[in-house]
Amino acid sequence: MSRIKDLQKNLFGGTTSNARQFGMIFTLVAIVLLFQIWTGGLTLTSGNLIAVVSQYSYILILAVGMLMVIVAGHIDLSVGSVAAFTGIVVAKAMQEHSLPWPVGILLGLVVGAAIGAWQGFWVAYVGVPAFIVTLAGMMLFRGGNQYIGNADTVPVPAGFRKIGAGFLPEVGPDTGYNNLTLLLGLAACAGMVWREWKARQTRREMNADVAPVWITVLRLAVMLGVIVFATLRFAGGRIGTSLPISGIILIVLVLAYSYYTRNTIGGRHIYAVGGNARAAELSGVKLKRVNFMVMMNMSVLAALAGMIFVARSAASGPQDGLSWELDAIAAVFIGGAAVSGGLGTISGSIVGGLVMALLNNGLQLEGVGSDMVQIIKGLVLLLAVAFDVYSKRQGRFSIIGTLMRPFRQEQSANAADQPAPASDPDKAPVAG
Amino acid sequence: MTQAPTLLEMRSITKTFPGVKALADVNLVVREGEIHAICGENGAGKSTLMKVLSGVHPHGSYAGDILYRGDEVRFQDIRASEQAGIVIIHQELALVPGMSITENIFLGNEPRRRGAIDWKAAQLRALELLEQVGLREDPDTLIKDIGVGKQQLVEIAKAFSKDVKLLILDEPTAALNEDDSRHLLDLLRGFRERGITSIIISHKLNEIEAVADTITILRDGRTIESLDVKADGVNEDRIVRGMVGRELSSRFPDHTPDIGEVFFEVHDWTVRHPNSDERLVCKGSSFNVRRGEIVGFAGLMGAGRTELAMSLFGRSYGTYLSGRVYKDGEEIQLKSVSAAIRHGLAYVSEDRKSIGLNLLDDIKTSMVAAKLPKIAKRGVIDPVSEHRIAEEYRDSLRIKTPSVDEGVVKLSGGNQQKVVLAKWMFTDPDLLILDEPTRGIDVGAKYEIYGIIQRLVGQGKGVIVISSELPELIGLCDRIYTVFEGTITGEVARRDADPELLMKQMTATKKSPTS
Repeated sequence: MSRIKDLQKNLFGGTTSNARQFGMIFTLVAIVLLFQIWTGGLTLTSGNLIAVVSQYSYILILAVGMLMVIVAGHIDLSVGSVAAFTGIVVAKAMQEHSLPWPVGILLGLVVGAAIGAWQGFWVAYVGVPAFIVTLAGMMLFRGGNQYIGNADTVPVPAGFRKIGAGFLPEVGPDTGYNNLTLLLGLAACAGMVWREWKARQTRREMNADVAPVWITVLRLAVMLGVIVFATLRFAGGRIGTSLPISGIILIVLVLAYSYYTRNTIGGRHIYAVGGNARAAELSGVKLKRVNFMVMMNMSVLAALAGMIFVARSAASGPQDGLSWELDAIAAVFIGGAAVSGGLGTISGSIVGGLVMALLNNGLQLEGVGSDMVQIIKGLVLLLAVAFDVYSKRQGRFSIIGTLMRPFRQEQSANAADQPAPASDPDKAPVAG
Repeated sequence: MTQAPTLLEMRSITKTFPGVKALADVNLVVREGEIHAICGENGAGKSTLMKVLSGVHPHGSYAGDILYRGDEVRFQDIRASEQAGIVIIHQELALVPGMSITENIFLGNEPRRRGAIDWKAAQLRALELLEQVGLREDPDTLIKDIGVGKQQLVEIAKAFSKDVKLLILDEPTAALNEDDSRHLLDLLRGFRERGITSIIISHKLNEIEAVADTITILRDGRTIESLDVKADGVNEDRIVRGMVGRELSSRFPDHTPDIGEVFFEVHDWTVRHPNSDERLVCKGSSFNVRRGEIVGFAGLMGAGRTELAMSLFGRSYGTYLSGRVYKDGEEIQLKSVSAAIRHGLAYVSEDRKSIGLNLLDDIKTSMVAAKLPKIAKRGVIDPVSEHRIAEEYRDSLRIKTPSVDEGVVKLSGGNQQKVVLAKWMFTDPDLLILDEPTRGIDVGAKYEIYGIIQRLVGQGKGVIVISSELPELIGLCDRIYTVFEGTITGEVARRDADPELLMKQMTATKKSPTS
């Protein structure tokens, strides 16, 4: 039992908090395999993978921002409306004032920042719950979208469409693959090896146990395998296609925000505020500023997601971004964030988002109607969180733990010979 | 207590949690009409034993038998044990703040008439019950409007509404001031006259010595001994010996004070209550701290000591009206917590679980939380130095944990308190304000915490200790200020400090001449 736990910990670099992610990765792999078999190999074709990325990247971008909002103990219901509002403002500005498209993108981000400042002000400085502020924002900016666009669709110029529907150009010798995507894959592999090496280095400096070499090699092999596979698939699609630009934007954001939330003071303050706001305040964390920045950041990302969507569909319309907030929130919770704040990771949310996306995609490929898709997605969300609640109540944290229960009892019987009541998990919160 | 019939017998109770044996072959015999105290360090198994008794851990989840009034009982849940007349009152009170006393007493047990709640009957019965517990309050008063001492009485009244035969109190006086504690203990004696049996779990050994007839001592999940207080001539030291398994020669480590110059002064500090315009929680308080000095603040619950400390610490409480703070002769501004930390202040709160720690954090993140820039370069945290620092504190404060990656929730109270101390020691403070630093932690850990405090002043820092336990203040502090209703009423040097004098000043408005 303990060896399996070690393996799990070593393979996934996990502590207790992201063990749910571990379960979700399992689920993700299972979903992929299931649909791969069910659709007769359609799921993992180049064309389909590229379509999934360009179709869901904006939801995943929202999930990145939403994770931080939820970790800080808030919620943002307005992201869909903010995305739609930004989309129409940018589309209008480019159409009627013939704004060049790069300036249009900048304008969109500024609009997002302004909306975020507005919402952040109410949440952080006035103290209105984010649920209310963003519920209001949901109506406000949905209405704003229809007011500005006259409830009509507004097309966007070709240059702008790149960020949503564009691909990497074909350069260099004819390899039968998209060369830039191959280069990206190579860089990712190198980055992965470097990271692994660096992690071992850090563990050694801490005088902590360093995982045996074979585990590191195994883990690297699995991850490099996935990267190589994905690279070949994305590079090997129809001529002119590659990893979509929107996918690249997503990857950059995920890397940047993962780093920020895990390794910086600012990131740690978000977790501190969500975990115990008063304790954070008494430790010198500037509570209002953190709340303000988190809300503002979310709206900027919502603006970006809105623009990518508009670019992909070539026009901004009144129905853009409808119920996106729900998809983003679902992704975050499936990915292991706590409803009460303080827990959750970017990578978890991305895995959660991918579970939703692949579920959607696979069911659609099979021709399942959107009614059933909704029902299934709802059940997945419920079960994922219910599983978490259940495992927390049991004082266990992982699927493995549950699967291994027979072994565990044997283990505890041995441990019982030397009682160590101080670590009794059931009592810890009660003992005075 | 000559051999009254046995009311309750728990026989070789063994309770195992995954990986841990919380109770091993525990025996407990409670006789009818006695006050039975259960003592033990944190983690000794007291609360678990009571959970087994009250059905929180249902029959079948433990081994052993429970005999109650001669019969074997098998409680499946709390309801079953309550029906048998066993009522447990937990340390954290289970009252709804926004409901009235009556509503709380009958919550889940409302008297009914034709399907609707019979409020009139409830009201009358509530008055009767309040009379029994000696609480003179309008039963329509909301719980949040009465003090914690009175809330405790409401809990007991609630227990009485269920026709209690065996009353279990888990740390009933932990949050009470001396007056309320005394009242509660008197009440227990009154119950004894009326034949109601009580089990009391407490860390306050003087109270146990004063009130208990029999004491059962648990250590490491085992019964160590059962003592008859009168027959065995039990005193505090005797109990401590049983609890820790060794003689604690002294409750306080040896310490020779090395006191320097005054370096921290507060003048005329006045703060208004956050919700009330006319109420002042600090009224022109002035005091000072010398380097290397442990300064105590004595006062009853609600005297304004915590409020004074928190308002100094970056205006974290109430509304600042007037007052100046000087450090090393220069006036400093403490308008925010980060400013206070920058100026070398640290405040260890009295409520470590709700405002002192983020319970989701692991040990190492908790320890560095108040001064992250110290382990970061350009905003990026260095995990290696974080780990190294956490290991250093784990060693120097002797925190019992398999790893600094463990969650703080898993630690016992004493070890959690050490983590909080480490968190603030990490900020390199010149003045540490420790608010009830030993509340709810066991004797052994207390001793260690005193040692840490003495080491800190040995380094030339100043320490303020706020405590509701007079023996602790007298044993530890070089100088004690007394506070009454927001006013500092006296200043007593160590050699003059005795409980009576302090108590007099803690309950009097006028400035004492003995300072």
